[in-house]
Amino acid sequence: MTHLNDAPSPRLEARNLTRKVDGKPIVDRVSIKVFPAEVLAVVGPSGAGKSSLLRLINRLDEPTDGVVFLDGRDYRELPPRELRRKVGMIMQMPYLFPGAVAENIRFGPRQRGEDLSDDEIERLLARVNLPGFSHRDVSRLSGGEAQRVAIARALANNPEALLLDEPTSALDEEAKAAVEALLAEIIREEGLTCVWVTHDLAQAARMGDRVALMEAGRLLRVGAPEEVLNA
Amino acid sequence: MLNQFFTDPISLSVAQALVAVFMAIGMMLIASWAGIHLEKEILIALVRGLVQVVAVGAILLYVFQGPTLIGFAILAGMMLLAAKTAEKRARGLPDAFRVGLYGIGVGAGSIIALMTWAGVIDTKLTVLIPIGSMIIANSMNATSLALDRFQGEVRTHVGHIETALALGAPPKTAIRPYAQAAVRASLIPRIDSLRSLGIVWIPGVMAGMLLGGSHPVHAALYQFVVMAMILAVSGLTSLITTLIIARRIFTPAEQLAIGPGE
Ligand SMILES: Nc1ncnc2c1ncn2[C@@H]1O[C@H](COP(=O)(O)OP(=O)(O)O)[C@@H](O)[C@H]1O
Ligand SMILES: [Mg+2]
Repeated sequence: MTHLNDAPSPRLEARNLTRKVDGKPIVDRVSIKVFPAEVLAVVGPSGAGKSSLLRLINRLDEPTDGVVFLDGRDYRELPPRELRRKVGMIMQMPYLFPGAVAENIRFGPRQRGEDLSDDEIERLLARVNLPGFSHRDVSRLSGGEAQRVAIARALANNPEALLLDEPTSALDEEAKAAVEALLAEIIREEGLTCVWVTHDLAQAARMGDRVALMEAGRLLRVGAPEEVLNA
Repeated sequence: MLNQFFTDPISLSVAQALVAVFMAIGMMLIASWAGIHLEKEILIALVRGLVQVVAVGAILLYVFQGPTLIGFAILAGMMLLAAKTAEKRARGLPDAFRVGLYGIGVGAGSIIALMTWAGVIDTKLTVLIPIGSMIIANSMNATSLALDRFQGEVRTHVGHIETALALGAPPKTAIRPYAQAAVRASLIPRIDSLRSLGIVWIPGVMAGMLLGGSHPVHAALYQFVVMAMILAVSGLTSLITTLIIARRIFTPAEQLAIGPGE
């Protein structure tokens, strides 16, 4: 985004995105663009609708109104599975499937009939600093290790964009810093487009190229971190 | 002793019932002497039970004289009631009555039809109705167990199911482990009772046939046949019910339509 005159087209765009539950809007007319390789940090009080917004973007929930565009294309034109392959998600909890680490990593590609080789799995595990963890049982992992397996599992799908819902907030202080640093490195190297939800304003400032502030379902402000967070 | 005084079978049965009532009232008196006052409940239960079961006997007396078709009509009615009962276990699962009715209708219906065709179940109404209703009752029970377990599994694994969807899995892959757990849960009591058959208990059909004067080995074999039919109908019903309900909890856009609460 060095030259403003050749403005790139957004990777993700939400237009008037709204979800009402029992008539009450939990996401209320949210419009926002996220550009390729950009990290948009989303902050706001608990219950502001941050998680609900992410769930609309990969269509885990259906909007009552509005639409998302992925690379300029109305996301309803894509089969949900293809959309979700392209737009990965990391949640607060890792939600690993019971069994070995390797089986978790294989899960996404297997849905499309691809079988990851042992080398590919090892490469993904090395990517999240868990070399040699392939045969570990997921029940024996620490919180930080489990979350890193969840990250490797999402990366195995080769996503274009990543939605992160408080990915470090369930971890202890040490793991929190390590996982944040790891995610920062991966996002930069892979050029991933991200929407990163956090309630930690300092993390938003560190991670976000821009920051969006949500409250009561609405997007109140979007802009450079220092503008939004110091206002 | 009683049969020395009462020679016709109806009077004998009435006398036997009276003796049984006196026995129960005796128990009640001992209990109330011990400070356990259940007189009202016990008397009401005795009267209700007696009236209900005699009424059913009277209806059967009438029904048994009708054509075979009446038997199938009665069984169909029982299936409706069974689906209604199983629905209560589904707690918030969508369309559970219809799903239960498909499961019970296809599961119990096909087992009854197949076994009747093969000659394992006699088309005599005195056999078709009691055995048919037993198959339906077990089909209902399997449906209840499967639905109950299924909704419990889904609600406690919303995060895992949505994670699988978010990784691009189709709903049937995302739900598979929980659907399998539900079917398994509905089958385990059947497998256990088949395994302990004869050792821990002599079940109803065999007891009834023995009371009716059947050859014990014949009664035992028929009891085994009934238990095998119950196992088959339980598995078939819970498979059908679970497969259908597992589709209904997802929207066309492959979203999980039920949450952890409710
Ligand atoms: N499935 C749902 N049904 C009803 N209300 C919901 C549902 N999901 C979220 N909400 C409500 O929507 C609001 C926003 O929730 P959420 O998106 O989780 O907020 P945040 O992630 O910002 O803390 C909350 O008031 C929450 O109770
Ligand atoms: Mg949240």
